[in-house]
Amino acid sequence: MSDVITTDVVIIGAGPCGLFTVFELGLLDIKCHVLDILDRPGGQCAELYPEKPIYDIPALPLVTGADLTSRLMEQAAPFKPQFHFNQMVTSLEKCGDTDFVLMTDGDLVFNCKVVVIAAGGGSFMPKKPPIPGIDAYEGKSVFYSVKKMEAFRGKDVLIVGGGDSALDWVNNLQPITNSMTLLHRRDEFRAAPDSVNKMRELVAAGKMKLAIGQVTGLGGADGMLSSATVKGTDGNSFDVACNTMLPFFGLTMKLGPVADWGLNLTENLIAVDTEKFETNVSGIFAVGDINTYPGKLKLILSGFHEAALMAQQAFRYINPGERLLFQYTTSSTNLQKKLGVA
Amino acid sequence: MAKITFIQHNGNEITADGIAGMTVMETAVKNQVPGIDADCGGACACATCHVYVEPDWVAKTGKRNPMEEDMLDFAFDVRDNSRLSCQIKVSDALDGLRVKVPEKQF
Repeated sequence: MSDVITTDVVIIGAGPCGLFTVFELGLLDIKCHVLDILDRPGGQCAELYPEKPIYDIPALPLVTGADLTSRLMEQAAPFKPQFHFNQMVTSLEKCGDTDFVLMTDGDLVFNCKVVVIAAGGGSFMPKKPPIPGIDAYEGKSVFYSVKKMEAFRGKDVLIVGGGDSALDWVNNLQPITNSMTLLHRRDEFRAAPDSVNKMRELVAAGKMKLAIGQVTGLGGADGMLSSATVKGTDGNSFDVACNTMLPFFGLTMKLGPVADWGLNLTENLIAVDTEKFETNVSGIFAVGDINTYPGKLKLILSGFHEAALMAQQAFRYINPGERLLFQYTTSSTNLQKKLGVA
Repeated sequence: MAKITFIQHNGNEITADGIAGMTVMETAVKNQVPGIDADCGGACACATCHVYVEPDWVAKTGKRNPMEEDMLDFAFDVRDNSRLSCQIKVSDALDGLRVKVPEKQF
């Protein structure tokens, strides 16, 4: 267990609303640590649609998910937020009258005065194909990610999927496996052309197999896979011998541990007021897609507004008794100094 | 207005009023049809609004577009009548449309 990190605010989620929360809190001299389950900032903008254009960000007639993320990172940079990626918050508890203790699956522990949940649609988790009996193999011979390549040395590996993750791991793991089979539902791949070409060269050289079809069943015992049953495009089934399977069907969002923190939920969304965007637990706020209130619209611009208002109340918790002076970035030398422009 | 029926995996049926111009996915979400997750909100970026169009409606709902075909790689048990419901626009011609919802969008 690492040392406790003490800070003003922990923001859960490094998507656009989490990033803009850093900015709004920063203007009020409040320091933040930002956690995200992904390995980079941007949330849905990074994971689901980095290259798709967004047309409804004020003053940006067209911006891609990736560009919006990098601009928000730039805007937040003067406030030196500290990011912790690949971290899922597993517990959040009140500690004493004013503090919260927050723990992650990566054994990080935070002590803070205010928590902002900006977790969008929830935690991104790998999609688990609903193949009958797959649960028994998960973690033993079916894996949804590659943590250490060495674990796959000498194995008979079946990789399922046609995107970049599937193709990258086919090409990276093939040299160390005993046998490699790639299974995809069609003989077309949406992965980078380079990776697809490399895979096709390996197939042509007889170093791996490519099968077209979809998995319908698994064979094996005690969690150890011995084969996968595949339905081909002609409707006929065949077996692929393998002792390890890696399905790559992308990520999906699940609310996850947030449901266990004693917050009032409405249809899996966190209920907040519309003055401070605070939950039923004082000191815990929710902004962006994860919150709900009468009239809520799941738009990035709504999350930005919510962040600005919640920051005001966060200031009062962090600086009890201090007067909060409303200032504009256009005219306040004080704010401009914080932004590093004055 | 077009009546759209969502057939659940357990056989239950939910019929909802679709408004022309909205998508079948939006109609499902608005009427809280279980099994249509629509993680990405309709950007054709997640494949969690997968449905099977009933055979006699396949011609009317049309063909998958190339982006949708790519995204279906992230769906499970893709069949010839698989569509992403965010890519089917409701119109009067689809009045009576019937689609099956898979057991799980996973």
